Amino acid sequence: MGSFLHRHRSLTPYLLLAPGMLWLAIFFLVPMVFLGYQSLQSGLFPHFQFTWEFSNFSSALSGYHTQLVRSFVYAGIATLACLVLAYPLAYWIAFRAGPWRNLFLLFIVAPFFVTYLVRTLAWLNILADQGPVVRVLRDVHVLGPDGRLLATTFAVVAGITYNFFPFMALPLYVSLEQIDPRLLEASKDLYASSTQSFLRVTVPHSMPGIVAGTLLTFIPAAGDFINAALLGTPNQAMIGNVIQAKFLESLDYPTAASLSFILMGTIMVMLLI
Amino acid sequence: MAVESRERPDRGQTPGQTPNETVDVRLDHVTKSFDDVVAVDDVSLEIPHGSFFALLGPSGCGKTTTLRMIGGFEEPTDGAIYLGEEPVTGRPPYKRDVNTVFQSYALFPHLSILENIAFGLRRRGVRGKEVRGRVLDILRLVGLEGLERRKPRQLSGGQQQRVALARALVNKPRVLLLDEPLGALDLKLRKQMQLELKAIQHDVGITFIHVTHDQEEAMTMADRIAVMNQGHVEQLGPPDELYERPASAFVAGFLGVSNLLSGVVEDPDGVRLADGTLVQAQVDGKRGPVAAGVRPEKITLGESGGQNRLPGTIAETAYIGVATQFVVDTPAGTVHVFAQNIDSGKRIPVPGSNVTLSWSPESTFVVERGEEMSE
Ligand SMILES: Nc1ncnc2c1ncn2[C@@H]1O[C@H](COP(=O)(O)OP(=O)(O)OP(=O)(O)O)[C@@H](O)[C@H]1O
Ligand SMILES: [Mg+2]
Repeated sequence: MGSFLHRHRSLTPYLLLAPGMLWLAIFFLVPMVFLGYQSLQSGLFPHFQFTWEFSNFSSALSGYHTQLVRSFVYAGIATLACLVLAYPLAYWIAFRAGPWRNLFLLFIVAPFFVTYLVRTLAWLNILADQGPVVRVLRDVHVLGPDGRLLATTFAVVAGITYNFFPFMALPLYVSLEQIDPRLLEASKDLYASSTQSFLRVTVPHSMPGIVAGTLLTFIPAAGDFINAALLGTPNQAMIGNVIQAKFLESLDYPTAASLSFILMGTIMVMLLI
Repeated sequence: MAVESRERPDRGQTPGQTPNETVDVRLDHVTKSFDDVVAVDDVSLEIPHGSFFALLGPSGCGKTTTLRMIGGFEEPTDGAIYLGEEPVTGRPPYKRDVNTVFQSYALFPHLSILENIAFGLRRRGVRGKEVRGRVLDILRLVGLEGLERRKPRQLSGGQQQRVALARALVNKPRVLLLDEPLGALDLKLRKQMQLELKAIQHDVGITFIHVTHDQEEAMTMADRIAVMNQGHVEQLGPPDELYERPASAFVAGFLGVSNLLSGVVEDPDGVRLADGTLVQAQVDGKRGPVAAGVRPEKITLGESGGQNRLPGTIAETAYIGVATQFVVDTPAGTVHVFAQNIDSGKRIPVPGSNVTLSWSPESTFVVERGEEMSE
């Protein structure tokens, strides 16, 4: 084997790539092709036929554009909220927490020790009408006597923000932690105040973390359905809820598949911009 | 010359004028402790305007800490620092008229060379064409024309070093701090940059405080040197004074080679060595056990060198072109001698031959016996 590799050195990179490529081919490409095939079928469950049914896409789009737009709005707000909440936290852990860093990182990932569904169910209790949050807000008249949090847009966005928070915080932490403190000293030496140093040195250097965190939060958030299902009403339904209902309840596989493609395509276009 | 004269009339100095008229930096009994280490121990210094000042000392003696306190990156535990007349204790770095060339250069990797150098100017509100003009001028001064669009990682180590220098100099600070700025360069480039830095300092007339552990570098560049040891200043003065009249065994040993012969002060201008020889020297009121010192190049093989004499046997010789080094065993200890090879026909004494060493009382110095010395 060794001498074989030695003789065909140019093959080595391909051999190293092979397992990963195989994995991608089996678990990504094949399902994608299958999904694409399904999105162009017509007929009723279980008798679908492949008929190049492109109208699936246009009817899905016209029927569910509200949910599609809503998904991106919710995901956008949640991503922004994650960024605003996670940046100071990651900054503090990276620069100020000293020996306690790892403990605080553990706190950030701690929710992962509980299943996604159970975590969201916990929010159901926290935001419940009889729950402590609503009671306090009613007492201080932020909410009216019948005001509620559950089944509102706020609840869904808050749930998404909470659930995807670590995906924002961890990349931010990594990029902030790598900043050479000597660069900040150089910046202060060159007459930049703390605020200016932050804007001119810290923020540009944490850009990779901001981009990674935004992608890791926004993409799964746009396709999420659990938060809307548990914390919202049909008025907060997102595209994920529609796809889930089409697949599992009305068994309309072609529409579900074409909606999935629309979601994927839209995200891809947004990424390119 | 690209850099115009200093803009601040209040300092009343122009480049080329002799230093010593005003003091740019003053350290008044400054102490800095970190938890259990005392890094800087009761240091008082005055650095005259326009001087090239070197802080010289072995690793860990507190040079960087001293520099960081002047720059505002550390606060003294005790004592006060003045820039000109103003006390600056507690003032953040960005409010001090001081710039630093960091040992690691600390260039901003995300900014072009132009923007790196313009950073300080922009923070101080310089705008528009003036920024570009001043950056290009300073790039010409450090010999990097045409590289303003590159990123720092596209430059060699020596070029990055020049950018770091330009980035600090372009602000025309009152004082420029340099922490081992040449440490990362190879020997040849380092020698070249030493001369260039000195020339630049002369041109711009800004006070330079240069930290180094290399005595040759300090001697080459500085017009005043403070030799530091274990947090305090051992001696402060111009290079020749430190070399000719070291105040302690540490300074004598740190700057160049010196012969230190143990003895006891016997009369107002003589030291009795261990073997009984009396050496004449300026004792300057020192008493008891001391060491009489003399530099190797001040000793002559033979009796023509002066009144101080020692008999000895040559143990080793090494011919190194411009000079021959001798190691001579004498009753008072081992002595190193450098003899310049001026007469080409002259016979060099071989190991084993008996010689007399002689030198003058004026080139003899007396120091307290340090812990570094044997006996
Ligand atoms: N932040 C710090 N915390 C604790 N101790 C420190 C700190 N900075 C420096 N010291 C200690 O203070 C002493 C002086 O350090 P300093 O960096 O000033 O030395 P230096 O003369 O610059 O040495 P070198 O030539 O090796 O750079 C050392 O013993 C060092 O360990
Ligand atoms: Mg140092």
